[in-house]
Amino acid sequence: MSNPEFSNPIVKWVDYRLPIFSMMHHELHEYPTPKNLNYFWNFGSLAGIVLGIMIVSGIVLAMNYTAHIDYAFDSVERIMRDVNFGWLIRYIHMNGASFFFIVVYIHMFRGLYYGSYKAPREILWILGVVIMLLMMATAFMGYVLPWGQMSFWGATVITNLFSALPIIGEYIVTWLWGGFGVDNPTLTRFFSLHYLLPFAIAGVVILHLAALHQHGSNNPLGIDIKKKGDTIPFHPYYTIKDLFGLGVFLTIFVAVIAYAPNYMGHPDNYIPANPLVTPSHIVPEWYFLPFYAILRAVPDKLFGVLAMFAAIAVLFVLPWLDRSPIRSAKFRPVYFIFFWLFLADCILLGYCGAMPAEPPWVLISQFATAYYFAHFLMILPVLGLYERPVDLPLSISGGSPDDDAPAAQAAE
Amino acid sequence: MGTQSRIQSLLAVPALAVKRTVQAGAALLIGTSIALAAGGGEPTVCTPKDVPHNDRHWGFQGIFGHYDKKAAFRGFEVFRGTCAACHSLKFFTFRNLADLDVPEDAIKGIAAEYEVMAEPNDDGEVLPRTAIPSDYFPSPFANEKAAASVNGGAVPPDLSLMVKARASFENHVPNILDGYMDAPEGCEVPEGKYYNAHYPGYIISMAPPLADDAIEYKDGTKATKEQMIKDVSEFLAYVAEPKLEERKSTGFKIVIFLLILTVLLYLTKKQVWRKLH
Amino acid sequence: MPDTAHEANDSHGDVDEGRRDFLYMATGAMSAVGAAAAVWPFIDSMNPAADTLALSSIEVSLAPIAKGQSVTFKWRGKPVFVRRRTAAEISEARAVPMDDLIDPESDDERVKGGKDEWLVLVGVCTHLGCIPLGQKAGDAKGEYGGWFCPCHGSHYDTSGRIRKGPAPLNLPVPPYEFLSDMQIKIG
Repeated sequence: MSNPEFSNPIVKWVDYRLPIFSMMHHELHEYPTPKNLNYFWNFGSLAGIVLGIMIVSGIVLAMNYTAHIDYAFDSVERIMRDVNFGWLIRYIHMNGASFFFIVVYIHMFRGLYYGSYKAPREILWILGVVIMLLMMATAFMGYVLPWGQMSFWGATVITNLFSALPIIGEYIVTWLWGGFGVDNPTLTRFFSLHYLLPFAIAGVVILHLAALHQHGSNNPLGIDIKKKGDTIPFHPYYTIKDLFGLGVFLTIFVAVIAYAPNYMGHPDNYIPANPLVTPSHIVPEWYFLPFYAILRAVPDKLFGVLAMFAAIAVLFVLPWLDRSPIRSAKFRPVYFIFFWLFLADCILLGYCGAMPAEPPWVLISQFATAYYFAHFLMILPVLGLYERPVDLPLSISGGSPDDDAPAAQAAE
Repeated sequence: MGTQSRIQSLLAVPALAVKRTVQAGAALLIGTSIALAAGGGEPTVCTPKDVPHNDRHWGFQGIFGHYDKKAAFRGFEVFRGTCAACHSLKFFTFRNLADLDVPEDAIKGIAAEYEVMAEPNDDGEVLPRTAIPSDYFPSPFANEKAAASVNGGAVPPDLSLMVKARASFENHVPNILDGYMDAPEGCEVPEGKYYNAHYPGYIISMAPPLADDAIEYKDGTKATKEQMIKDVSEFLAYVAEPKLEERKSTGFKIVIFLLILTVLLYLTKKQVWRKLH
Repeated sequence: MPDTAHEANDSHGDVDEGRRDFLYMATGAMSAVGAAAAVWPFIDSMNPAADTLALSSIEVSLAPIAKGQSVTFKWRGKPVFVRRRTAAEISEARAVPMDDLIDPESDDERVKGGKDEWLVLVGVCTHLGCIPLGQKAGDAKGEYGGWFCPCHGSHYDTSGRIRKGPAPLNLPVPPYEFLSDMQIKIG
């Protein structure tokens, strides 16, 4: 790591003792980024920013929220009505969760399409899946906090799943609940953990970035950086591009908060939790629907739970399931088709998750679940062996890797 | 990028065809399920044959939506005159009437017509006292059990969030109020209950609460049933979302600001990237 | 980067640079304004909420208070002493020379003009915050006929001023006004 000469004596003094300025200079000005990244590469930094928004809005909400079953619902309404800008902060947090998942799902599908999970980025990918798991846990617990009907019954359904585990199942569920059903002890511990987990996410994000910087970003062509002409410094090119992407994101985010703040939610959660009245359709938030569909597709309770966890577990081993040496779908014409089929299957699964567990949805869910696993466990390994890829270009900036084309030349 | 383009384009067509087929299939499924859902599931003998649909338009919808404050105050009069006999409005406080442009003295006067429980006095007794503007609208019943026992086992729900707590949002309350009609042939309505075409399951415990001239409006507007339905719905929409106007107007300004800023950021991005050529 | 094409069209270059700088400044300025505006709601959310503000002032009816009687009201979480003083208590307060006072303040500075029988005080001892005795009929009133703080022995007179003991200041008079002869609004 080079040590640039800083002119400011205070900066020099600090940097000598804790090289944060050198590090920032390196990461911004020297860190080589492929010059051909498209807008799908905006979603990583966007996800980081949304995490920041969620933490800030969450901390402020926690100043006015009361984690007790007799007061939780009312405290949220107080935030909406009496706390200055409380309505805004609550809607930011509520819709921010949905937008966090939108951004992260797009970010993940980018990874799937361009082969960003392949060597040497396997651990980068795995850390990403860990982040997604932590996000799911955080979102699940967060949804319980307003203590509406869906909060209570969603928590009841999902925590009850653990009773499917043989022998230890009942003890685990009682331990999770802190009692004999979802009740006050459950709420208070969910509040504690919901406050904690985002900081764990932040820690894993730092590891995720460290892993990323080890080998640098992938790019739409999926080929390695071969010469200096392939890259540009992160600053100012990608800082300004990320800021523009942030502008687009915020415009959409604010428009949703202003005009459709409850669209992605469920009206039943504006009814205070009633343990004696079950809602006619218990539905999780939209970002859980595909997993909910997989859970319900399997008739057996235990295997349904295992299938749901397997759907995420399979993501961990993806780098070893897909053995194709070609990263980007741009050069894998058969994988290209299966990628879109997989995306369609995920959307279908999501739709099934919102439907009642009745025909024809049960059969469709089962088909879609089978296809989901077939994609990872059958199609990808086979493709890796037999697919004939299209010829890769020689380098990102065109021309032979041996040319040392100056950075200023266009790649036309 | 010459070598792969031909193969790519050869495969692009079937790939697109696959994509479109899946999309069409999904659209077909979506369409069928909406049709099923709207009907409330399987039709029964109590399903109404001809449901009158009253497409009401609300001024608070849309980008520049705002509440009709006079209508909302009339709705408050309807609420306190009829609904409040059974329904609580726990998140509404008298000082909220200031949002409806009711002057402070009038608010004090309205509050003073109600009693709330005071803090325990020096002897430890909890006695009623006159309400002040900072008090919340008192519930007609001391607790849920009391509410149920007087209403045939059914608890009249709190109406503070009713407009947000039902899938038909602001149309739920007016539809219910409008929905009382004769039960269709063969549909048995239990004793003490009523047939309502818009209520889930069609059998409702609430007697039709509104009839022409059930109350007298202070501003002299004729209190027809339709007028009262519109007004009380406007009022309940306000109670469910008092910050709607602030949300939409602030949101509009922020969106415009962000649009301009995003355009500037785009131009800046383009300018910065020009250096590469 | 040096480019002969640019050098040849110097005047164009200047305009481009000017426009570019303006663009950067406009974007930067607007971003800064946006960021500041975005921070404000979070900070303002910590200010007192509407329900807290609604309780920030109370209206008190003086009608039930008899001469010589003291009543305590709760205001902003603290006790407020309202005493309807007898003529003797008023003249006793007026007769005290300023030099005798630990925290000099005349009695008429502590009451409203024409309403000097009414004394409104925040009932929190200015020493370390205990609530002085003297509101109830049987309470100790201290050596000066006003209030007595049992925690560390501060004595307040019939105008609520500190006369003896460790408290440094007189019992504070909260902001209040008469809405009518028998009605005051505190806060």
